[in-house]
Amino acid sequence: MNAVPIHRTLRLLTAALALAGVAACAPQATPGPASTATSALACGKAQLRTLTAGKLTIGTDQPVYPPWFVDNKPENGQGFEGAVAQAVATRLGYTAAEVVWARVPFNNAIAPGPKTFDFDINEFSITPERKAAVDFSSPYYDVTQAVVALRANKVGAATSLAELKDAKLGAQVGTTSLRAITEVVKPTVQPLVYNNNDDAKAALQNGSIDGLVLDLPTAFFVTSAEIDKSVVVGQLPQPSGTPEQFGLVLDKGSTLTPCVSQAVDALKADGTLKQLEDKWLAQTAGAPVLQ
Amino acid sequence: MTGPPPDDYRPSELQLGRLAYRRRQTVRSVLIAAAATLVVGVVLTLAVAGSPGWPRVRDSFFDPQVAARAFVPVARGLWLNVRLFAFCAVAALALGLAVAIARTVRPAVFFPLRVLATSYTYVFRGAPLIIVLYLFAYGIPGLRLTGTPSLLVLGGGAIVVTYGAYLAEVFRAGIESVHPSQRAAARSLGLTYAQTMRHVVLPQAVRRVAPPILNDLVALMKDVGLISLAGPIDAIRAAQIITAETYNFTPYVVAGTLFVLLAAPLIAVTDWVTLRAARRQSSVGTA
Repeated sequence: MNAVPIHRTLRLLTAALALAGVAACAPQATPGPASTATSALACGKAQLRTLTAGKLTIGTDQPVYPPWFVDNKPENGQGFEGAVAQAVATRLGYTAAEVVWARVPFNNAIAPGPKTFDFDINEFSITPERKAAVDFSSPYYDVTQAVVALRANKVGAATSLAELKDAKLGAQVGTTSLRAITEVVKPTVQPLVYNNNDDAKAALQNGSIDGLVLDLPTAFFVTSAEIDKSVVVGQLPQPSGTPEQFGLVLDKGSTLTPCVSQAVDALKADGTLKQLEDKWLAQTAGAPVLQ
Repeated sequence: MTGPPPDDYRPSELQLGRLAYRRRQTVRSVLIAAAATLVVGVVLTLAVAGSPGWPRVRDSFFDPQVAARAFVPVARGLWLNVRLFAFCAVAALALGLAVAIARTVRPAVFFPLRVLATSYTYVFRGAPLIIVLYLFAYGIPGLRLTGTPSLLVLGGGAIVVTYGAYLAEVFRAGIESVHPSQRAAARSLGLTYAQTMRHVVLPQAVRRVAPPILNDLVALMKDVGLISLAGPIDAIRAAQIITAETYNFTPYVVAGTLFVLLAAPLIAVTDWVTLRAARRQSSVGTA
């Protein structure tokens, strides 16, 4: 683990030098498009050009939350995404010992510079405009957004979208939850936006907001384990007709994208994803869809 | 040799030579400056635009379509910054001045006030603004008292107490820079302590520290946006939201540009005030 930051610093230094100096004339190795001859479907460990040869570096944010990860330790293979990441790695031929986790803040994951991970797993929703900046693997989970409120609050008893119109709603910045507020609920008061879900949960408990929008599995985790006397009010309908899906994020034009997608597809086909969903996200049934 | 030069004044050969030399020197330095600027510009352009990652950086940071889409939300967020800045600047200046006066008050009976003012400047100059904001915007509503003010007022309060501590120290430096003989002279004329402060000390003190005060206000203009961590959407938060939707960093560039444009007049005023103060001080004694 010690070697990783040094390695990263070196990479950053070279990038900075290339940008700042006349040294820029020397072409730097860039992740070009897949050399199609080899990558067709040769996805063995030997063929994969990962960040560190023989290792698979998986990125995720710091901190990470249940039920996606457990104890903020992605390397323990627990939680839905922890388990999916390990399953993808196994599929590609990497043992648990050959998987290295890198903590990557959201902005770094989507920035144009060199990536510090082979793929990043952190509830990234696939949208066409995001595809212009990064590669996505095949989707591994279909998600909906849900509203959480305190039982005592008027929103806690809401049964329709209309009853949410005048509510003060909050969400984490950069999430599709926030988008669901502005595009589906369209409240009359401006929503409040938080740096992370911990701040948003504190605001809900304080009464600074009436309702908090989260993805459905997180919503159930929050109401059952984190905030007393709170309730999942219901699911929000999809903003567009297409369902929202989570995908793994890779560098734009990464040679790994087809192989990672293939691994995800295989896990879906053999029922592994369904099993993991049942194991880690079993609670999500039974929230009414608000209309 | 008094009076104007005669009409048939003709500069000597030597003077003509001097004038020509000066003209040549001027032309030469303009040419050198232009050439140097051109070389630096070309090298920078080549280094940035010629780098292998430039096309992607250009698409990520300078996408005109994303910029157009970001402009209205970011400008709307900036309006929050502007309103908050106006309120916080006035309140922090008033608080800072009051604390500075309390810290420098002389009569012994005011010792507790001096201690309070001193500990306030110690604590709030040391405490990071973000932590003060958390305490105000999350801690105070958590008490669930009736009549808790809105998040904007609480967040603004956190900014005011933090910046008030900085401004208090600047004002105090100004007050202490007024020479003791000024006070002595005022008191010997029969002015009370309060009158001395009001008519003799403060006018000189405030004028002297105007440049650093304005500098702090420029910093405040950028820091009011930190209120976004309590939930309200400021310019940078608005940019962040669009960046998350598009995975494109152009909205930040839009917000940054707007901030620079907004700060430019204040910075220009600061420079002008500094220049004027310097001129006045160097001309002391001629009046």
